[in-house]
Amino acid sequence: MSNIAFVRTEMLPEQAPPASAVGLIGWVRANLFSGWFNTLITLATLYVIYAILAAILPWAFSPTVGAGSLAECREILAESGKTGHFAGACWGVITERWQQLMFGFYPNGSDGVSADLRWRPVLAFVLLAVALAPVLFADKVPSKMIWFTAAFPFLYPWLHWGGSIWGPISALLGFVIGWFVFKTAEKVSSSLIGMISGVVAALVWWLTLSGFFSNALNSILPVGIEPVQSRLFGGFMLSVLIGVIAIACSLPLGIVLALGRQSDLLIVKAICVGFIEFIRGVPLITLLFVASTLLNIFLPPGTQFDIILRVLIMVTLFAAAYMAEVIRGGLAALPKGQYEGADSLGLDYWQAQRLIIMPQALKISIPGIVSTFIGVFKDTVLVSVIGLLDPLGLSNGIRADANWNGIVWEIYGFIALMFFVFCFSMSRYSMYLERKLQTGHR
Amino acid sequence: MTTVSDPPKEGFRLSQLIYDTRYRSMTIQIVALIGFLTLIFWLINNTATNLAELGKEPSFRFLSEPAGYDINQRLLDYQSQDTHLRAALIGLLNTLLVAVMGCITATIIGVIVGVLRLSKNWLVSRLMAVYVEMFRNVPVLLWIVFVMAVLIETLPAPRAFRGDNATASMMLNDSVAVTNRGVYVPEPLFSRGLGDIHLLGDSSLRFDVSLDLIAILIVLGLGFFVSHKIKQRADHVQETTGDRPTTWYLRLGVVSLPFIVLLYALGFHLGYPELKGFNFRGGTHMRNSLIALWLALSLYTAAFIAEIVRAGILAISHGQTEAAAALGLRQNRIMNLVVLPQALRVIIPPLISNYLNLTKNSSLAIAVGYMDITGTLGGITLNQTGRELETLLLLMLCYLIISLSISAVMNWYNESVKLRER
Repeated sequence: MSNIAFVRTEMLPEQAPPASAVGLIGWVRANLFSGWFNTLITLATLYVIYAILAAILPWAFSPTVGAGSLAECREILAESGKTGHFAGACWGVITERWQQLMFGFYPNGSDGVSADLRWRPVLAFVLLAVALAPVLFADKVPSKMIWFTAAFPFLYPWLHWGGSIWGPISALLGFVIGWFVFKTAEKVSSSLIGMISGVVAALVWWLTLSGFFSNALNSILPVGIEPVQSRLFGGFMLSVLIGVIAIACSLPLGIVLALGRQSDLLIVKAICVGFIEFIRGVPLITLLFVASTLLNIFLPPGTQFDIILRVLIMVTLFAAAYMAEVIRGGLAALPKGQYEGADSLGLDYWQAQRLIIMPQALKISIPGIVSTFIGVFKDTVLVSVIGLLDPLGLSNGIRADANWNGIVWEIYGFIALMFFVFCFSMSRYSMYLERKLQTGHR
Repeated sequence: MTTVSDPPKEGFRLSQLIYDTRYRSMTIQIVALIGFLTLIFWLINNTATNLAELGKEPSFRFLSEPAGYDINQRLLDYQSQDTHLRAALIGLLNTLLVAVMGCITATIIGVIVGVLRLSKNWLVSRLMAVYVEMFRNVPVLLWIVFVMAVLIETLPAPRAFRGDNATASMMLNDSVAVTNRGVYVPEPLFSRGLGDIHLLGDSSLRFDVSLDLIAILIVLGLGFFVSHKIKQRADHVQETTGDRPTTWYLRLGVVSLPFIVLLYALGFHLGYPELKGFNFRGGTHMRNSLIALWLALSLYTAAFIAEIVRAGILAISHGQTEAAAALGLRQNRIMNLVVLPQALRVIIPPLISNYLNLTKNSSLAIAVGYMDITGTLGGITLNQTGRELETLLLLMLCYLIISLSISAVMNWYNESVKLRER
């Protein structure tokens, strides 16, 4: 057996993989053209995409940004040789009306009576991002910022409606008073008595004394900004306003409802379940009808407050029911050991909730809260049905304008794009958060 | 709770209501109940005072007064002289019609898109992702008015179908006409029909039941029953002998033959829409408002369903498929016996809650003028009679009943497929 002529003793150098298996070509072959069926599907999809783009792009790229009316748009398009129904978009309407779609009829200085106040909602929106930062990016922002977040719910409406600064301050004082009464009563007697007396004290303050307080301080030291009436609100400003206030107010309400639904107290549980299921069982539009026609009838005779406030109340109740379910999910997702651990430390119910349960449950539910917010924000379009001037409500007015009579796609497209940008970025954020909070194994 | 020594026997003191955990929950509940009842009483009292001031004592008598408005899209017969109750009933049926149609198409589109999103073809999965994100992130009301605008602006008017050089033509062998006034589809007609039964006489809730339809349903039901029996017999034979008899032609025959014979006996034919004057006559007319609402709701809900389906399929771990393959099951058997039953457990509960959302969103019909229950009872009836409290209560009650029955179905399903854990 010694006639073996050649035995290789060293390895051959590695060859590069074939060009058709790596890089762009390899990727295309593996993902788009792996077999005749896949190729067929790819070609069909390419054709669909081409058809859609070929229909939309030539329409969208039309040189009509500067036009002042639909007739002018048509002239411009006819000059460039395009006629017919879908010759091109008339972007002049967006150039002329985008500020209205953003701010509604918020004073912009054009009527000569009031100054340009649109910086206020813009500032409020920017501050909203600042106030949200400690909640959403807790690991990147100094934790002291949370105090600003706590004060923001009072700052935000004030920046929109304006008026005396003592109004929001006296509203804030209600919470402070309630807290002090709770603390003193808790020391003197039990926490239950403390809680009841704290709530009662805050209610007494808001319902009776706060009005006198703010009026008195206002006559002594009138500090404030120019008030703006609700009927001037509109556009995306209104959508964001309703969405943000509804979510901010529904969060505490939702926590209470979720705790009530989880509790052992039968009557409390029944009330909470009844409320949640009722609100979740009816469409928002019926609740908005209640806001527009019935809410004043439910309140003491002579009570009149404006439609935006009534809508805010109903949207808050609506969001609270959904929020309660989200937080209940967070509570249910906590391991039982956390509850038992808190009990074995000797904490009472509220201490356990405050120190152990809620911080964890709320953290788990943030993605759900964000999606609830997206839902509520999208649902704010419904207020156009009861006559408020949100973007869709404004679009009817714009389409009825003599200059723009006949405009359809441009406005809807613009509104849809705005909603898309906002909701899509929110949902991406919530997905990022979900990944970050994911500590389990799969 | 067991105690080491006997607790000291003491009489009941008032402070135990607050400090003693045995009684404290009682105190809290009673305080909550009193607070709740006070709130309710306060609201009712305010309402009664306000309504008395306005001279509108609550009464439901308006329901039996003539409505005086027309409803163009309807399932039952209705004239403008009918009562408000009848109008509300027509509206309720319209709500259910668009909800059922929407749920079916949304499921079909959603399942297809959800499966395609998992496609290995990059282009297809991206395209489906674009679809899902586009529909999920724009309000449904905007989609509804948008689709309505598409229908009105882009479809040909009925007169485009007329003349020698017509610019539009009917589809599917001249049977379906798609116009900007709606879609005309053929309607089933019976030349030797059995007629209708009129139920509930002349009251507001009267409705007709077609005997033809009942006969068809009975024959189909019997056919499926016999077919099921044949399948059971085939299963039995397979279990005892190991050979499965070929039964598909028998099963197809027992369902379809009696059905075809019955249709022939009843003189079944289709009534085609025809262009007469300025509009189409004959056939079933589905108005733009219905189509727009149906399409928009289906496309919008389908985007959510697609995500649910995708999540459901991804939730089944690979181990399940591999274990089934190791048992020697074939690919379709693995799908039917292992993957689908587990995926459905994940998919169905959110799917049903999406059906519920679709039904609630159908109340946005009011934006395109489709007369659903929000449009009739909560729209024109409310405005005509000025009975806000009564109409809105009835409206909410209707939606609550629909929602609660859907969630009852969901709870029943969840209970029946729940994992039996030790």
